[in-house]
Amino acid sequence: MSAVRALVLRTAGTNCDVETAFAFERSGAAVQRLHVNRLAESPRALMDFQILALPGGFSYGDDVAAGKIFANELRFRLGEAVADFVAAGRLVLGICNGFQVMVKMGLLPGPFTPSAAQQVTLTFNDSGKFEDRWVHLQVCSRTCVFTRGLAHLYLPVAHGEGKFVAPGDPALDDLDARQQVAFRYVNENLQPAGYPHNPNGSQRAIAGLCDPTGRVLGLMPHPERHFLPTQHPRWTREGLRPEGDGAAIFRNAVAYFR
Amino acid sequence: MTCQIEITPKTESVDPWARGLLDQARELGMSGISRLQSCQVFVIQGLRDKGEAERAARHLLADPLTEDYRIDSSLLVEGAGRRVLQVLRRPGVMDPAEASVLKALHDMGLAATRVRTAKKLLIEGEFTDESIRLFAAKFLANEVIEEIVLGNAPLALPSEGRDNPLRLRTVTLLEADDSTLMMTSRSGCLSLNLEEMRRIQSYYREQRREPTDVELETLAQTWSEHCVHKTLKGDIRFRGGNIHNLLRSTIFQATQELNKPWCVSVFVDNAGVIEFDDRFDVCFKVETHNHPSAIEPYGGASTGVGGVIRDCLGTGLGAKPILNTDVFCFAPPDVPEADVPKGALHPKRVLKGVVSGVRDYGNRMGIPTANGAIFFDRRYIGNPLVYCGNVGLIPRSCRRKDVQAGDAIVVAGGRTGRDGIHGATFSSAGLTEESEKTSSGAVQIGDAITQKKLMDVLLQARDRGLYRCITDCGAGGLSSAVGEMGRSTGVEVDLERVPLKYAGLSYTEIWISEAQERMVLAVPPDKETEFHALLRSEEVESTTIGRFTGQGDLHLRYGGRTVGRLDMKFLHGGIPRLQREALWTPPEHPDPEMPLKADYGEDLRRILGSWNVCSKEWVIRQYDHEVQGGSVLKPLVGACNDGPGDACVLAPVLGSTRGLIVSNGMSPRYGDLDPYAMAASAIDEALRQIIAAGGRLERVALLDNFCWGNTDKPDRLGSLVLAAQACHDMSLAFGTPFISGKDSLNNEFQNGDVSLAIPPSLLISAIAVIEDVRQAVSMDAKSPGNLFYLVGLTRHELGGSQYYGLYEQLGRSVPQVEPQQARAVMNAVSAATAAGLVRACHDCSEGGLAVAAAEMAFAGGLGLKISLDAVPAAGPLRSEALLFSESTSRFVVEVKPEHRAAFERCVREVPFGCLGVVTADPVLEISGPSREVLIREPLLTLKEAWQRPLRW
Repeated sequence: MSAVRALVLRTAGTNCDVETAFAFERSGAAVQRLHVNRLAESPRALMDFQILALPGGFSYGDDVAAGKIFANELRFRLGEAVADFVAAGRLVLGICNGFQVMVKMGLLPGPFTPSAAQQVTLTFNDSGKFEDRWVHLQVCSRTCVFTRGLAHLYLPVAHGEGKFVAPGDPALDDLDARQQVAFRYVNENLQPAGYPHNPNGSQRAIAGLCDPTGRVLGLMPHPERHFLPTQHPRWTREGLRPEGDGAAIFRNAVAYFR
Repeated sequence: MTCQIEITPKTESVDPWARGLLDQARELGMSGISRLQSCQVFVIQGLRDKGEAERAARHLLADPLTEDYRIDSSLLVEGAGRRVLQVLRRPGVMDPAEASVLKALHDMGLAATRVRTAKKLLIEGEFTDESIRLFAAKFLANEVIEEIVLGNAPLALPSEGRDNPLRLRTVTLLEADDSTLMMTSRSGCLSLNLEEMRRIQSYYREQRREPTDVELETLAQTWSEHCVHKTLKGDIRFRGGNIHNLLRSTIFQATQELNKPWCVSVFVDNAGVIEFDDRFDVCFKVETHNHPSAIEPYGGASTGVGGVIRDCLGTGLGAKPILNTDVFCFAPPDVPEADVPKGALHPKRVLKGVVSGVRDYGNRMGIPTANGAIFFDRRYIGNPLVYCGNVGLIPRSCRRKDVQAGDAIVVAGGRTGRDGIHGATFSSAGLTEESEKTSSGAVQIGDAITQKKLMDVLLQARDRGLYRCITDCGAGGLSSAVGEMGRSTGVEVDLERVPLKYAGLSYTEIWISEAQERMVLAVPPDKETEFHALLRSEEVESTTIGRFTGQGDLHLRYGGRTVGRLDMKFLHGGIPRLQREALWTPPEHPDPEMPLKADYGEDLRRILGSWNVCSKEWVIRQYDHEVQGGSVLKPLVGACNDGPGDACVLAPVLGSTRGLIVSNGMSPRYGDLDPYAMAASAIDEALRQIIAAGGRLERVALLDNFCWGNTDKPDRLGSLVLAAQACHDMSLAFGTPFISGKDSLNNEFQNGDVSLAIPPSLLISAIAVIEDVRQAVSMDAKSPGNLFYLVGLTRHELGGSQYYGLYEQLGRSVPQVEPQQARAVMNAVSAATAAGLVRACHDCSEGGLAVAAAEMAFAGGLGLKISLDAVPAAGPLRSEALLFSESTSRFVVEVKPEHRAAFERCVREVPFGCLGVVTADPVLEISGPSREVLIREPLLTLKEAWQRPLRW
């Protein structure tokens, strides 16, 4: 069986590419970290991979709006290649800035076409500032392939623009109806709760979205930062577990192709 | 065509900038302002028609859900009770977003040629133009770098500037008398003293010519206190003796004597280097960026972070930055506005600006900021301190660097502009109320993404072996970086080749500009093409600006003509030795007579709620402390992830459990009483935190950062001499070498006739290697029923304490460090930790035992019931000393009852006492020697007192 190949795409201001690559490698994938300029030189090379990951960071400094310049670049320089990649049944994972990019290029909530427009947004946290804190997540979608078998995760967020906003209640209802809400922020008892449990004021506490196929996932929290047991903020109290909660996301992605 | 696109948030809920400003306006008492709305302005040149402008606005610049846009007319309309303010950057101050927008427009296929950005604010309510100008100057803009314009006038693109034709200038020096020499130094902002000016004069008399302006500037930069530390390396007369080179005879000396085989590089490169594992070394550097942060807190702090990151990137053949640390000193944020001297910014504004600057630069660089501290003292009001540290990981194969004749001198990264001119000489002089006006050029502007791109691509170039030497371009700009790198070979530089942000710079400005995000490299001729191609492939600019020659001189050309030629030997060896006087008279403050109390609960709450002790969560959460995935002990720990961790632990090589512990110690309040004890205490504190987190003394390296007042004044220098001597003695006694250091010696603010000096502020940073991070220990109480120990001896040492501070007393009995006993205590605690016998460990520092116990309790969400009669003490002590004495080398430790005997065996050689137990009852109860209850406080009350002050 040949290895599942994952591409971790980076550009100016990408920060979390190394730990995201590590998470995929540890989960059994063969990983390549590549600068977007190299991919733009030969967009068809994207089809050499089964998984595309857009890692966290501050692409282009989050100038204009978080993820916007990179989203614009992917749409105009690589839109066809990304659309073909999704249509071919491959997986896309966007974490934090990667999620912001996906939303702003119209890849989420999807379905994506190169001429797709942005339908929802991620904007400034209600607190008005960047915050690093741990959150409880409830897995909501039954179709998302990354969250198969999962019910609940504990992961960190670290962002200033993570508040999910949709055009209105019907749009939010549609996301639920199509099983596109991948995660919601909850409290430690897995109940809906306000700040700081919902760290940014997201509508309906939405922390992550998938496309209608369940193969394209974006989320604000960082699963790659809770991959190792020593990354848990309370391991000195609660003991070391075999692995961090985020590991299952990467393992599910790789397992999808096995 | 040129069009102006304006973007504004649809609702207040998505306008955090306006909301934050409104809060600040209300704090300032400007109740007349009822509503604010922000607006982002983009002026774009080169679009073909309105349709293209529409595309740019709709698809790129405005968010379809949260923002509205308008082209060539304003969304913000003035009228009765509605006024528009514009904030424009001054010429030469760049907004990195302009380049990003231009790139994005090109990605869309739009042929834009130039972009300019600005901010607007609509103000509604009742106010005068004067009052909103005042508001804008306080909160909205910094007039050092920005201009405030009232009204809706359209924004113009700045003129492009013209090339500066060569006008070779010489300075008349040969015939000058002493007063003319000093006038030349002062009027040129050279910060050179008379003896140095005379030395330069005699050099040029030998040369039989006048110096050119750029030669004189080069000497001023290279000889600045900032670059050569001439005070600490000069002669100091102290207590009847002569100290020849204070640094060499104290701090370097100790490191040499210790001669640790794991020290790879000390005090020579841009950062100190120690061994980490069989593949990597780690380097650590801490810098200060005080004067720029006083003038422009956001820019000063962010470029401080940027600069220290480049230090590590320029160590050996280049380290990958893995951790930022930050330590700040401010005046208390509640100082009345009227007490802020003219020319200084209010400390709350300084604090907010500095934190934002560190946050934005560090987070954008993708480097976790996981260790730091903040100290408050009114004497920092004109002169805040901003210490920025960086730790880097560097392959062992990248230790050596050299330069060979024929190598290209390459400058890579950001372009050169007028920013930061005279930073090195500015930071070597004192601040005055005029500094804000005269030194605007000395403020650097940061652009983290330019540096992130540079870092990413340089580490690839390093691994491909494309260069032979690298250094950062910091204070003094190219003059220092190139001058230093080529000191043994000689260089020739063609200054017109240096890429500029805008035309119009003179050759001297190019040479000394401190524009950020630049590195200088020596690239072998056969690697030049590949090097430049690699950098270009990730959109990083790099340019060959000259050669290393083998001629032994510094040769500067502009437009093919020689503009400067200096002998490297004179440049680097010509500086006359400084002669300074130092003296120290211990102050006479007896310890105050404090009344005995029946209940110390209120005192404890007040200490917990003091600026120095209170929770810094508001700051810490704004920093990404988990990026790169290495975090093991985070800065906030405990049951609710909000307790004050002692040191940060990280495992920087993913998949390996070998780690680093990083901590800091500082005790400025002891310095007035006993600078020697202050320095010893800072070292003890940094080491205590390492030990508390699970480390051992065997593998700890230290860094020193001295921030002092004007050391031309003998009393200031005397306290510095004593502090340096303590560093020497403690380093030897603990067996912990210093590997790097820095000093900043002119931290005084001239307010009219009064020169306000900062307290002597020595920051000690410590870094330790821990073999297995799974041995790390956090400070939060873990389980009811566990035993609570105090290890280490308590003395009556309340001088300079938080407790005396509550009653505005200083006292005299400063904590002393007994190094032999301190070392034994630390080794005993380490042994217990290594044996797995320690459930929690917290160091006793500000506020003593009572504060340490309270923090351990509320961090764990568990109570403590303890008695002071078991405190190991030097003789009978009064309750306030048992509770609040800040005696050094003490730890509170939580141990499971079944480990009692084993733990006590580990600590039997040192003073220890079992004071009580951890309880499920959420109350801290401390009883006195005769069993009377001295403190009985609910945890919620204590935690609230501790969290409230900085809950902004």
